[in-house]
Amino acid sequence: MTAANPAAPRRARPLPDRTILLILTFLVTSGLLLLSHNGPLLERLGALGTVLRNPIVEAVVVSLFLANVLFAYLWRAAPWAKALVGLGSLLLVLPWAGREDTSLLDLSIQIMIFAALALGLNIVVGLAGLLDLGYVAFFAVGAYTWGIFASPRFAEILRYYGENPGGTNALTLALGLFLTAVTAASMVYIRRQTVRPTRASSWSFGLASFGLIAGLLLTGRALLVLNAGAAAGLATGIDPNFFWLFLALSVFAAAVVGVLIGLPVLRLKGDYLAIITLGLGEVIRVLANNLDLYSAGSQGITPIRSASVPWFDGLAGALGFQPDQYYLLFLYVLVLVLIAVILLVNIRLDRSRIGRAWIAIRDDEVAAQAMGVPLVQTKLIAFATGASFAGAMGMIFAAKQTFVSPESFNIFQSIGVLSMVILGGMGSFPGVILGAAVVTLLNLRILPGLGEATANVPWIPQQVNPGQLQRLVFGAILVAIMLLRPEGLLPNRRRVLELHHDENQEDDSAQGAGPALTGGGGDVYSPGYATREEDESAGTTGRGTRGTR
Amino acid sequence: MDLATLLPFIVNVIVGGLVLGFVYAIIALGYTMVYGVLQLINFAHSEVFVTGAVVGFEVFRVLAPNPMNGYLKLLIALVAAMIVSGLLNVLIERLAYRPLRNAPKLVPLITALGVSLILQDVLRIIEGFQGRFDLTYTLPPGFAGRFCAAESSCAGLGNFLRTIGVDLQLKDVILIVVSLLSLAVLNYLVNRTRLGKAIRAVAQDRVTAGLMGIDANRMISATFLIGGALGGISGVLFGMKFGTVNAYSGFDPGIISFTAAVLGGIGSIPGAVLGGLVLGVIQNLIGVTNVFGGLLGIANLEAIDASYQRIGAFIVLVLILIFKPTGLLGKSNVEKV
Repeated sequence: MTAANPAAPRRARPLPDRTILLILTFLVTSGLLLLSHNGPLLERLGALGTVLRNPIVEAVVVSLFLANVLFAYLWRAAPWAKALVGLGSLLLVLPWAGREDTSLLDLSIQIMIFAALALGLNIVVGLAGLLDLGYVAFFAVGAYTWGIFASPRFAEILRYYGENPGGTNALTLALGLFLTAVTAASMVYIRRQTVRPTRASSWSFGLASFGLIAGLLLTGRALLVLNAGAAAGLATGIDPNFFWLFLALSVFAAAVVGVLIGLPVLRLKGDYLAIITLGLGEVIRVLANNLDLYSAGSQGITPIRSASVPWFDGLAGALGFQPDQYYLLFLYVLVLVLIAVILLVNIRLDRSRIGRAWIAIRDDEVAAQAMGVPLVQTKLIAFATGASFAGAMGMIFAAKQTFVSPESFNIFQSIGVLSMVILGGMGSFPGVILGAAVVTLLNLRILPGLGEATANVPWIPQQVNPGQLQRLVFGAILVAIMLLRPEGLLPNRRRVLELHHDENQEDDSAQGAGPALTGGGGDVYSPGYATREEDESAGTTGRGTRGTR
Repeated sequence: MDLATLLPFIVNVIVGGLVLGFVYAIIALGYTMVYGVLQLINFAHSEVFVTGAVVGFEVFRVLAPNPMNGYLKLLIALVAAMIVSGLLNVLIERLAYRPLRNAPKLVPLITALGVSLILQDVLRIIEGFQGRFDLTYTLPPGFAGRFCAAESSCAGLGNFLRTIGVDLQLKDVILIVVSLLSLAVLNYLVNRTRLGKAIRAVAQDRVTAGLMGIDANRMISATFLIGGALGGISGVLFGMKFGTVNAYSGFDPGIISFTAAVLGGIGSIPGAVLGGLVLGVIQNLIGVTNVFGGLLGIANLEAIDASYQRIGAFIVLVLILIFKPTGLLGKSNVEKV
């Protein structure tokens, strides 16, 4: 932590106390939000109502309101004021306004889903330094886990297996279970036996894993056939009370897929890893698109149920929500709780042994290994943790949309989440959440709002209507923010130090280079760059020796 | 289908794959050159390549009523696309990557994505003002026809292809010839000229190259110019091969080509070509897996159709990288570019 010293004087000046300002903005923006989402009231307001109903104004009001929470985090103010503004905004004002306009609840859930995804990806990319471009695959796993079972799809799958039982009966089930048990046991045994993995042991381990997959498939198939009779009773999916079980299952399934994808590819680095993860993400999307029986192909699965929580429905009813909005309020609260949990897990992990191991790996893999950090294990934990957050969010997404289709899981979603992470500030939790909020607001509210508002303006041609320019505006914002603030909107303190390391140097030798060096003069003293170079050369030779043996 | 018809069928599939592979190979070269020098995945390259395709479309469209020789039109289209794409690539580097030379690697990656999104919409708007979205190439007459249409005019290679039953269109042959020519020129440029030497020096070590009096920024610009020009060529060839392009159609070939570059060992020029060819052939083979499935009576194979082409490419990539983590031709101490 010696590196923290040079930057210390910069943060020495305390910020002014802004308690009153904070409360004031909270009151004003909350009032505006409540007003602008109250249809009947707007009718009576006349001209002001028309202004407030303008899509641009509405988008601005929503953004300002959400900025409150950010201010509560950023500004120096009394703790009670911070808590009041934060909790009041999220638990009171937002659901209240959402009662009149459910699209607001929908938007908030979407923002929080992306925030959780970004937090998950932040672990993989920001902390462990593994560039994952196929992150949305885990999101898809979660969404389909719930989507298949909580919709008529499951009954159709059972019906199909009832009609095409193959040679499956109790004996096959026994065979499948036997195969699963034997291969799993042998895998555990091999792992225990070999201190240093030999060629034979890794081959037999690989063979056993194939056996395990075969066993699981057989078992699953046999179970499906044996339960085919239940199809009629499941016409609208399984009982919604299973929601909680499936929440755990989605987390688990996504984590398992994360490990499965991570296991073969974690030996690769940097861009190789990026393209492989991108590819595997695509594999999952194409499978979802083509395995018609399970995923209904490109039509998507619908309708998907949400959980059934009678007391919560009662509460929502008492608060004046319509019965068809109960599930939105429920999901809103659920996702709020989950974000809190995820944030807590993140903060705890960041300060734990594992978190420091991740950062060590990110900064210098070889040095970390030399210090005794188990590389594969640590990276796999990062992959699995990130994936499990995505799994939980995928399930909530499916329940919110009541519809999943492969379209929601394309590569642009992965790239979008990655841009949230980097835009907000890699490795910084509040930054990542801010990034998610900014990008989602931009894509779902501000740009469509602009498009809607200018749709009928005669002097703007249809081709350059902002509603059609989403990519351009989004791209321009990405480029601009990266050029102006390469460390992100709310950077991680450590990262800022790394990026501005040369500026903080006591001696100015970095600036004293000749003309040929001015272009890349900072390189020499930039630890990020130096580490990367060492990393690569050392890493490739390491790979070479491992590959040849 | 019996063996006598099956064999030419397979040969045709493989040859078709090679033709496709040459397009991928040239696009992959654009990625691999930039990667070799900057260690940056230039996501905007797929749009640079589409820009080339759009320029090619415009040239062919404007020249369509002109009775000039088809090959001359092609030459004009290629040169125009090379110039526009090359300059565009240089501009992108100047505006979006150079200011971030010392930032961590992921930052220019995000600007690359941003530039790619911007270019997609700009292209769409430019063509949209003329009421176009899907741009259909108007090729000179005869280009879409069969190579060696009349038996009398066939000689040497044409005759040979005819005897083994390979059915090629004239534009496929043009594609292969143009690709090979640009590969030869690139090879000469990188390995035999002072410029190439300087680029290779910058790729190996930017700071030391600077100490030796090489202006690294100029060399990087030159690399982007060459990469962009290759993108332009591949865009025109892609447009000719598939007939239609639109502002968003760069993404798929872009990803496949980047995969090809990685497959061959990123940063290595022969690797990019090999990777492109391998992926092209594999894609074409996966596209006809259902035929083989039908022949062998395997229902599961029959279900695998062209929509699996892309994942086939990725699975091959995963398998190869697991066994050879630096790609097919990548060495542990890679000589970049």
